[in-house]
Amino acid sequence: MMNRKDLLGIEDLSREEIEEILEVAKSMEEILERPIKKAPTLRGITIANLFFEPSTRTLSSFALAEKRLSADSINLSASSSSVLKGETLLDTARNIEAMEVDIIVIRHSMPGAPHLLAKRLEASVVNAGDGTHEHPTQTLLDLMTIRKRFSEFDKLKVAIIGDIRHSRVARSLILGLHKMGCEVTVCGPPTLIPKWMDVFKVGINYNIEEVIPDKDILYILRIQKERQDQSFLPSMREYIKYYSLTYERLKKYASPEIVIMHAGPMNRGIEIESRVADSEFSLILDQVTAGVAVRMSILYLLSRRKLNENNN
Amino acid sequence: MKITIKGAHLFDPNNNVDEVGDLYIEDDRVTDNFSATSSQIEIDAKGLYLLPGFVDIHSHFREPGNEDAETIETGSRAAVKGGYTSVAVMPNTNPPIDNEGVARFIKEKAKEANKCRIFPIGTITKGRKGSELSEMGHLYEAGCVAFSDDGECVKNSATIRRALEYSLLIDVPIIEHPEDTTLTSEGQINEGVISTRLGLIGIPDVSEASMVARDILLAKFTGGKLHLAHISSENSVDCLKYGKNKGIKVTSEVTPHHLLLTEEEVVHFDTNTKMKPPLRTKSDIEALQKALKKGIIDAVATDHAPHPDYAKELEYSLAPFGVVGLETAFSALYTRLVLSEKISMEGLIQSMTNKPAGILNLPVGEIKEGGTADFTLVDLNAEWTVDPAKFASKSANSPFIGWKLKGVIKFTIVGGILAFNEGEFL
Repeated sequence: MMNRKDLLGIEDLSREEIEEILEVAKSMEEILERPIKKAPTLRGITIANLFFEPSTRTLSSFALAEKRLSADSINLSASSSSVLKGETLLDTARNIEAMEVDIIVIRHSMPGAPHLLAKRLEASVVNAGDGTHEHPTQTLLDLMTIRKRFSEFDKLKVAIIGDIRHSRVARSLILGLHKMGCEVTVCGPPTLIPKWMDVFKVGINYNIEEVIPDKDILYILRIQKERQDQSFLPSMREYIKYYSLTYERLKKYASPEIVIMHAGPMNRGIEIESRVADSEFSLILDQVTAGVAVRMSILYLLSRRKLNENNN
Repeated sequence: MKITIKGAHLFDPNNNVDEVGDLYIEDDRVTDNFSATSSQIEIDAKGLYLLPGFVDIHSHFREPGNEDAETIETGSRAAVKGGYTSVAVMPNTNPPIDNEGVARFIKEKAKEANKCRIFPIGTITKGRKGSELSEMGHLYEAGCVAFSDDGECVKNSATIRRALEYSLLIDVPIIEHPEDTTLTSEGQINEGVISTRLGLIGIPDVSEASMVARDILLAKFTGGKLHLAHISSENSVDCLKYGKNKGIKVTSEVTPHHLLLTEEEVVHFDTNTKMKPPLRTKSDIEALQKALKKGIIDAVATDHAPHPDYAKELEYSLAPFGVVGLETAFSALYTRLVLSEKISMEGLIQSMTNKPAGILNLPVGEIKEGGTADFTLVDLNAEWTVDPAKFASKSANSPFIGWKLKGVIKFTIVGGILAFNEGEFL
């Protein structure tokens, strides 16, 4: 049974903990299917969503999860925070904690920022993405999406395609898929796959057309146009030529049961062709739906200790 | 002043001394000829090792400019508590040591602190900006013992060439901080398996080694004396082997943390594991240990780089580079390298005393008639735990916090004066 203060990364989770999160998420989904989508589960629990990076999907997903479970929550974004006035992250967080906040959900551009808070605060800390390190709640919602489609994880073959180097989604997903017994291959331009990638025990292949054929799932990563200036890629045009998941490539190389996933936001026409994103193979919107249930599950499991104390 | 030291294990490999005996000091020299009865201070040193005082050729005392991190007074305390009798301080202060005024200020403050000997290092270029040469002659006459833009590599190859050439005039070393910053970019830790796992931007070891190679070739070309700071990688050691084999005037140093710690230390995002160059891999530290043993790397230097706690309690990528080192250097190396027989006691002591002193032409303690009376007395059997609350330094950003170490510095004598006396400072 999950009994931890913080959720910082997939790396720290056991398979049993992941199973429990997914199991509880299933019952959260039932709440979401009711005509009145609300339960009193987290009444009296206070949550601060501390977002130092712009986010639409993750922030609204957490905010909805909190509301569905009747928690009190506030959103703080970097532009309205005191960080701009020179306050340190730790001081900002300590001030929030001093207002009797139980859980801090943090999104930050730098690896380890949630770990710093977790070490120093009594409040639970949830990592909603720390730079290019981890994005555990994304992986948990991805696993929930995969479980619904395949029911068994064992021996599923997954390819993660795109900018591996700069992807927290990839790092967490690889760890999560491995814990569930899947096989993972990464695919992308050599400049965007770290030289030491084999530490993750994944297959590495620079050729998308060799990678597609025997896979059950193709997980497409967003290519970040803003990294263009560091000459990781000669041009977007060339990236599209070699790595875009086009309908033609899909039809030619993929199994007819192939599943396409993407963490969003998508660059249509770059890493993924519109026709693929909107095809019957795509689970992209199912991922988003699963996100709310998974985050409800995580927030509940992290509060459980406190809720039990109150009941006693 | 006169000091008598009774029954110490006298150990000075540079003078082939390794025996139990008494030592007499009169004024700032060792002497054979005075009667113990007239001695003003007598130290019962039974069970203690008497060693030449350690010489650090790479420290940051932060004054002037960053006195919240360290001052010359607190840095001097840290030095003598760690057994150091001479310290050369780097010029990346604010203002930097790029003119005689600042050099004289350092000397003045050192005199006020009155603990260890302090030698300023001048900048290679004005403002450490990498373009115009500093007035090396004037700085030398104001007391500078070497030149370095430490913290910054001299990126422009023509500039470092001119510096090496011009230094022939005064025959002092140019200390280079070897780092190709285009390869380092925004890097935070070693580029390798840990940076890959943690998503932190990596600093490849070739960022250092490529500049080590460039500078060695320029030293050969110019005939100038080159000293390479804080060597961290096996690739750099290979380049140094080339330099030594060719008889090029190149020396180098390695820090205790690069000799003992690997990138694995970073996994919990403890910012006391963040320094430049970064901690590297197991094979790198093995190569560094071997290079120190064989003399390919000449000296141990601490790169003592204090930062106040609020500066280090930040996101890993925002925290400044650097760790303190003066108070842990000897014990950490003695415990982890000498006691595990990776390097001899003799080798360690030489790399902390006469070898670094030789590079910058600094005084060093010698157990012989007329020798400089710079010594430290150590209890090698005593154990201590590194505790940030107990540092004499103003800062406590040590990567060794919580380590149990053997070897406690009991007394430090600088120029015949008892600067550190069982926990008490002069």
